[in-house]
Amino acid sequence: MTQQPVKFYQTGTFTVGNRLLPGDERAVQANMRRTNSLNSGHRACQGCGEALGARYAIDAAMQATGNRVIAINATGCLEVFSTPYPETSWQIPWMHSLFGNAAAVAAGVAAALRIKGGKGAKVIAQGGDGGTTDIGFGCLSGMFERNDDVLYICYDNEAYMNTGVQRSSATPPAARTATTMSVGRHPGNVFGTGKNVPLIAMAHHIPYVATASVANLRDLEAKVTRAMGVSGARYIHIHVPCPLGWGSQPADTIKIARLAVESGLFPLFEAVDGEVTARYQLRRRVPVEDYLRLQRRFAHLFGATPDTQTIAAIQAMADRNVRTFGLEAA
Amino acid sequence: MFQVRIHGRGGQGVVSAAEMLSIAAFDEGRFAQAFPSFGSERMGAPVTAFCRIDDREIRTREPVNEPDALIVQDPTLLHQIDLFSGLSPAGYILINSTRSFDELGLGDFLRGFNHRNVCTVPATELALKYVGRPLPNAALLGGFAAISGQLHFESVARAIEGKFSGKVGQANAAAAREAYEAVLAARTAETAHA
Amino acid sequence: MLKQIEGSRAIAEAVALCRPEVICAYPITPQTHIVEALGEMVKKEEIEHCEFINVESEFAALSVAIGSSAAGARSYTATASQGILFMAEAVYNAAGLGLPIVMTIGNRAIGAPINIWNDHSDSMSMRDAGWIQLFAETNQEAADLHIQAFRLAEELSCPVMVCVDGFILTHAYDRVDIPTQQQVDAYLPRFEPVQILDVDEPVSIGAMVGPDAFFEVRYLQHHKQLMALDLIPRLADEFRQKFGRDAGGLIRSYRCDDAETIVVALGSLVGTIKDAVDGMREAGHRIGVVSICSFRPFPLAAVRAALVRAKRVVVVEKCFAVGIGGIVSDGVRKALAGSQVPTYTAIAGLGGRPVTQKSLVGLFESAQGDALEQLNFLDLKRDVVEREIARGRKQRRAGPSAEAILRDLRALRSGIPLGAA
Repeated sequence: MTQQPVKFYQTGTFTVGNRLLPGDERAVQANMRRTNSLNSGHRACQGCGEALGARYAIDAAMQATGNRVIAINATGCLEVFSTPYPETSWQIPWMHSLFGNAAAVAAGVAAALRIKGGKGAKVIAQGGDGGTTDIGFGCLSGMFERNDDVLYICYDNEAYMNTGVQRSSATPPAARTATTMSVGRHPGNVFGTGKNVPLIAMAHHIPYVATASVANLRDLEAKVTRAMGVSGARYIHIHVPCPLGWGSQPADTIKIARLAVESGLFPLFEAVDGEVTARYQLRRRVPVEDYLRLQRRFAHLFGATPDTQTIAAIQAMADRNVRTFGLEAA
Repeated sequence: MFQVRIHGRGGQGVVSAAEMLSIAAFDEGRFAQAFPSFGSERMGAPVTAFCRIDDREIRTREPVNEPDALIVQDPTLLHQIDLFSGLSPAGYILINSTRSFDELGLGDFLRGFNHRNVCTVPATELALKYVGRPLPNAALLGGFAAISGQLHFESVARAIEGKFSGKVGQANAAAAREAYEAVLAARTAETAHA
Repeated sequence: MLKQIEGSRAIAEAVALCRPEVICAYPITPQTHIVEALGEMVKKEEIEHCEFINVESEFAALSVAIGSSAAGARSYTATASQGILFMAEAVYNAAGLGLPIVMTIGNRAIGAPINIWNDHSDSMSMRDAGWIQLFAETNQEAADLHIQAFRLAEELSCPVMVCVDGFILTHAYDRVDIPTQQQVDAYLPRFEPVQILDVDEPVSIGAMVGPDAFFEVRYLQHHKQLMALDLIPRLADEFRQKFGRDAGGLIRSYRCDDAETIVVALGSLVGTIKDAVDGMREAGHRIGVVSICSFRPFPLAAVRAALVRAKRVVVVEKCFAVGIGGIVSDGVRKALAGSQVPTYTAIAGLGGRPVTQKSLVGLFESAQGDALEQLNFLDLKRDVVEREIARGRKQRRAGPSAEAILRDLRALRSGIPLGAA
């Protein structure tokens, strides 16, 4: 799939009108030949960003490999909603082992494929932010440093949603979760905590790291396609809003994901061999408040007397991202 | 069954010595079991290893508490641990030292022992002479072959050359041969003396 | 070919002959020499078509093996002690998924206090995880059991642990007959997985299973173990035919025919007990020993048949269920349920405490006089324990007892047995 600038976009969403493009220029999701690797009928919530992200990503990977993808899934929402025994939404070989070992299991599959020939199959490991940035972090780092031939995809919805919205190391400051309640003198999650796993992945000097968002489908598909063309350890971190955990409208999932990008809170970039090689430049920066206001997990910042100090601190994070990653269009 | 206990310090090849003994015995068609005193020992720490030799399968797995022979690779251990624990006066003792038992202060202790069965051998000096490194284990094994009569020197030499390959193996075997001959000569002298 | 080699080396050579395809290595004493040797063999291409993977933890070691086994590769790893606890979640997972992984356990104590020496606490902690557990009596058997283990695992699609006493076997130089590649090939066919991640025939493995079906899935694991009760002796018979020696099987009896007292033990301890039994037989005692090779599945019927005519049974075990007592004894008592045979437990050798023939003979003589408690502790330093209990009573902030006991013992340095230093 080639990417080319397309001038039409619909107000407010920037969504490309695929039907107006020639067939081979369309997004994988707009293509009749898409594999629906994560098929309909699963049990995800309405507006689930992770379900969208997983379908986009795996279908793109399938197209890139001639339908030769094996997926290893960490425990979490994606695993639970996709495979309520005896049903499965997966149209590809898929395995779930444990919460914290998806990267290692995938490394094992990759090793077996090398030995057994493997019919040209490629391995993807996938998990949520808890399974990636917290409990699976050791195995992830091991897979990276060995440069195992695995693409790891993290679907980041910024908390442990499967267990009822508890804080993870990907939860943003001030966000309310079940373990960082919006009570007390400093409601919500603590400032100055958490980790940036894409940057940590880059520090392993693996061949390919990218961030992506369900709001930017063509970009996401392009990154997955690029990742599948590379050997060795690869990492894609996809921002996926969770209406349940974030307290947002299911219909707003894409809008919220886009506001995270356009505010600078979730920068989109690519890195090759540990160096940032491309970033998505913000065309129309929006204040973080636009993003925060749509989510009840940040409701304690607003109301009768808005917590301007905290909002300013979050704005400062976005500003820092814009500077660090060079997101402002020249 | 003939049981050997080897004392030394980490880095002196104590465990390898026991292994080489077992390989020499195996080479002669006998059964042998060698094992260390199981520790995460570092360089310089006291280390013990054991070797059992028998004409039938060796089943027991306990440490050697009543050795028939004792090899002491480092005489500085004499005052640190109970080296002679479980050794009967009928037993064999080989100590790596340039000094005599009297000079080591063991004259009284060894009074009840058969003097043909106890000997000191300057194994570190022999190792320095032949190998260039103060690794006394191979020379002591040569001495052991002479003093105990349990193993032929040739099988001990083969075990040494198998453990240390090439020139180092030959040099260690040469050190062992000189120790073997020195101990044999000392025993002959002792016999003549008696 | 007969060789005088270290136990770990013998195990590595046996594993190599099994043509493993993925080996995951993480260092932990005392199993490390095994994976070191295998790593060297893979690098020298003495093992062909094999991936040797240095992982970042035991949890990853078994997880990588789970992935490679599910993708159809014959997979092996080894661990011990803290390592098996660190991978505990994956231990259950591998069994639940029915993946025929073979794992060596270089049996070692579990801390705290940290201790690198031998006992059986580590593999015993995973006894109910759904793995088959085979205990090796000698290094010859340790090597041979690995060959049987791959066959057993792959026939049943069930993981197998081969438990080998750390240091006592892993670090001992012994005479071991290493079979030829042709012999092993004739015994161990190619791995034909019952489930596989295959892009041409996609399946989902590891789905969530609710109350309506979990019970049945778990029962099927038990069913596999029951099948193993038949298969283990069959494989041992076939092994004897093809290799010309005994190895494996459910249990083995030694001088039990007319024995009034029968000792039960696992692993390398059996060799020491056999020597003790021979000595006592010479002195006219009617005593024998039963060695349990297959601890999981636990051969209840075979154990009962072997013990039920004895006047008493003494289980000597290198593991200890704190708060209740013996672990092996529980199985033995279950096997003897309804009979009148009294069963004594002797906990021995914890944390590498040497188990000597002298102490064993004392224990067995007490048993013959029925002068034992139901639960006994062989060579436990009672005086040390009592002093420490008294010290703890005297002061609230008594501090760590391990360190206090070491200080106490240092004061009595001459009392330290050599092997424990």
